[in-house]
Amino acid sequence: MTFSGLQPPQQTLPASSNNGSPNERPYNSGSQRIDGAEMGRSIPSLALGTKLRPGHAVTGELSSAGFHNNETLSPEVSEAPPSWGLERRLGHLATLEAESIFILREAAAEFSRPVMLYSIGKDSSVMLRLAQKAFYPGKIPFPLLHIDTSYKFPEMIEFRDSYTREIGAELIVHQNREALEQGANPFVLGTQRCCGLLKTKALLDALAAGGFNAAFGGARRDEEKSRAKERIYSFRDSQGQWDPKNQRPELWNLFNSRIEKSESIRVFPLSNWTELDVWLYIHAENIPIVPLYYARERQAVVRNGSIVLIYSPDELLPGEKVQWIKCRMRSLGCVPCTGAIRSEADTVPKIIEEMISFRRSERENRAIDHDEEGSMELKKREGYF
Amino acid sequence: MLTIAPAVRSESLAAFLKADLRKDLLRFTTAGSVDDGKSTLIGRLLHDAKAVYEDQVVSVQKSKINRSGGAFDFSLLTDGLRAEREQGITIDVAYRYFSTARRKFIIADTPGHEQYTRNMATGASTADLAIILVDATKGLLTQTHRHAYIASLLGIPWVLAAINKMDLVDYREDVFLRLQRDFLSLASQLGVPSVQCIPISALAGDNVVSASENMPWYAGPTLLEHLETVDFRQTHALDAVRFPIQYVIRPDFRFRGFAGQLASGSLRSGDALVALPSGQETRVKAIVGFDGNWEQTFAPQSITVQLENEIDLSRGDMLVSPSNLPAVSRSFSATVVWLHADPLLCGKPLLLKQTTRLVKARIPRILHRVNVNTLEHEPAERLEMNGIAEVEVETNQPLFLDPYTTSRATGSFILLDPLSNATVGAGMVRETYIADDASPEERDSASVEAELREVAAQERHRRHGHKPGVVLLGNRIGLAKSLERALFHAGFEVVVVNGSGVDSPVLAGFLTSLYAAGLLVVCANLSLHPEALTGIPRETIFDQASLTGTVNSDTETNETQVIRDALNFAEKLRLAPELQAGQKGSVK
Repeated sequence: MTFSGLQPPQQTLPASSNNGSPNERPYNSGSQRIDGAEMGRSIPSLALGTKLRPGHAVTGELSSAGFHNNETLSPEVSEAPPSWGLERRLGHLATLEAESIFILREAAAEFSRPVMLYSIGKDSSVMLRLAQKAFYPGKIPFPLLHIDTSYKFPEMIEFRDSYTREIGAELIVHQNREALEQGANPFVLGTQRCCGLLKTKALLDALAAGGFNAAFGGARRDEEKSRAKERIYSFRDSQGQWDPKNQRPELWNLFNSRIEKSESIRVFPLSNWTELDVWLYIHAENIPIVPLYYARERQAVVRNGSIVLIYSPDELLPGEKVQWIKCRMRSLGCVPCTGAIRSEADTVPKIIEEMISFRRSERENRAIDHDEEGSMELKKREGYF
Repeated sequence: MLTIAPAVRSESLAAFLKADLRKDLLRFTTAGSVDDGKSTLIGRLLHDAKAVYEDQVVSVQKSKINRSGGAFDFSLLTDGLRAEREQGITIDVAYRYFSTARRKFIIADTPGHEQYTRNMATGASTADLAIILVDATKGLLTQTHRHAYIASLLGIPWVLAAINKMDLVDYREDVFLRLQRDFLSLASQLGVPSVQCIPISALAGDNVVSASENMPWYAGPTLLEHLETVDFRQTHALDAVRFPIQYVIRPDFRFRGFAGQLASGSLRSGDALVALPSGQETRVKAIVGFDGNWEQTFAPQSITVQLENEIDLSRGDMLVSPSNLPAVSRSFSATVVWLHADPLLCGKPLLLKQTTRLVKARIPRILHRVNVNTLEHEPAERLEMNGIAEVEVETNQPLFLDPYTTSRATGSFILLDPLSNATVGAGMVRETYIADDASPEERDSASVEAELREVAAQERHRRHGHKPGVVLLGNRIGLAKSLERALFHAGFEVVVVNGSGVDSPVLAGFLTSLYAAGLLVVCANLSLHPEALTGIPRETIFDQASLTGTVNSDTETNETQVIRDALNFAEKLRLAPELQAGQKGSVK
């Protein structure tokens, strides 16, 4: 939140509410605004809105701070004036932030109808914050689009509605109603076909309906092998399809935005971020996230080796019994296809700690990537995000 | 064998977070051929640096493919797409991410065989460092020359030569020393500023992450140690401000902010700047940020700037240091890498994107092609895919340029095909201006016939990119000079005539001649009226007296306004871009 030396003197260090438990974390309440646009103008103290709890790190090491400059604002260095000259360089998060904001502005300037694919997950939350920063003090100059499969976690929908309202973003929600009315679900169709109808087709329909010719997505190259070669501006033909052998070369930060009417570009501002970068940024920027990311006791069953959250008895398969499991989601998808992990991590720093000791990649808990070897690449060719 | 757990548990979490936020980011590219063991090296690096997840390792163990000859095929950790797996080669640029306790890394993994020069150029364009693999059993090959050349061409300041497969030459020091000598000689020939040679075995793991016991004679860093410690900041980076305007933020009438990524230099509030192409001077009022205003910012931060005065500025324009201006040029030389299957043909209409500016362009001639294997210069009429050549470039609008060796951000451009929309070329600016000293025949022998005919007015217009015009400024000769500069910056062929004391009929005749030459004429003379210019259409004459009615008021108060009005007038004389694209001959 603070960038020592780069900030005016009146800038103060906001409390890191990430240290609080998720239940107390007011992601959609007014007091959160101390972290956002209202903070930082001239509010001189932490007393406005943030409760100090015992052990709450305000100036201590856990406070989020200082990724814009190699010299972070910590008690031992904050008194010394920053020195410029040869020491000017950005930390890795500040470098990524600058690059992402450049990409967001570039696409917003060059395309007539951009839209941001908003999945409600942690990556979307980071992308949304970057968009707020890119166009501040203006509003985000494009709508957000959520493809709602109807199988999303209720906490996600609740978060989506309250948070987008809070920041004043325009939100479009789209469903493939036709398929849903015919009862599309992953149990009968399999994940591949279910995703094809409720996500890929719904997405392509929504893009066509809105006349959108550029769509921002929060995908990262480190997520999965087929994404490692994805461009930042990813060209899609008139069917919305991706051809890995026919991607435009991308040199420096000079992006080619020229397309014909029926074609479109997917733009990935977070291409160069890793999962750890995303969490560090959420920590450093105090970005609100869906509470499902925090560990707590939840009603669930263990199905085919993964933990599936249960919201109503109808969801139980024959012979299953609900139990209370302390768990959290590592990535957010649809309820039937996204497993939870056993975890004690109920704060962002604890999530980061857990993550860096993880031995498994984040999408491993998603059924869709494992249907067949290279299945993500197949989905992408068809137009999946 | 495969234990994967970053060694951060021993530290406290708080210390880890604090340290992690301080890390910087090194981007490097890797070049090598299918047989050099490049994928194996990257797989080994990621694996030994504990940057691979367990499920990824299991998936490689379960894979039916193992080309390595060892127990574990490290190259499968990085190969991604189906087509590649089927062919057993990496066919595109793949980006990999890992971090150590000291630094974060982005690897642009690119293939090294001949037909994929364009991919290596892509990976190199954003890299701070290049790893070039040399097979110790084979020595420096033509592809090694090509890789080193492309690395130097794309301005990568650091090159690391990994002398691989040392296990196959019995870890002999003399083999390493010979290859090191060869490589250093190549690097100095290419002007690579900094080189490090390291003897390794990617397959056996020698000197990749941990020091080799098989090569006690080698005292230098391991490959990872070098990556973690190299000071990759460009020591001679451009200090001057280059701030290409990307987006104008205007939420309401009270706020107007200019957003973009600072390409070079640093900015603080109060700093003086010059706006291009207008040449207008301004100062930074504030650098606005989401978390509060910034006192100072520096490249490559993305920022939003408020200026003290209202000036004309939009996307594609640039704010720069008054003491160090870029070239404002429509004709320059560059090295071009051709990226498309359809070859580069001289004179063909193209689009050019440089910073945030998109203009029409063409390549009037290829100076020479570079043979990437021998580095020899060859004459060429066209340039095929993966070809590299030095060319002349002309644009219909001025660009704000620095040589690529001075500034990657303002010295680089891409070329697009206006019909297919494909990205067809990438260029690096060499000379920011081309002196027009050659005769038309020398420039374009094909057009000799056309040159014999009388030059038509339209030909002049196409060459200049605008129709002629006259600006009458009363007796304000000082203003005329500022206006000349502004118009010149904006790409007009402009000339100033100090007409004080010259009789109106004489002056009118002189101005008409200059007009006939296709020029934009700025004239200072108290008594000359537009009516005296009988041969010149009234709509191509700008008379400031008719606008302000204050011919004699040589005050500064309305100077900015007059310059702005005159610039607006001149813009109407500019030809539509499609009329300029077919122009012949060079542009001064």
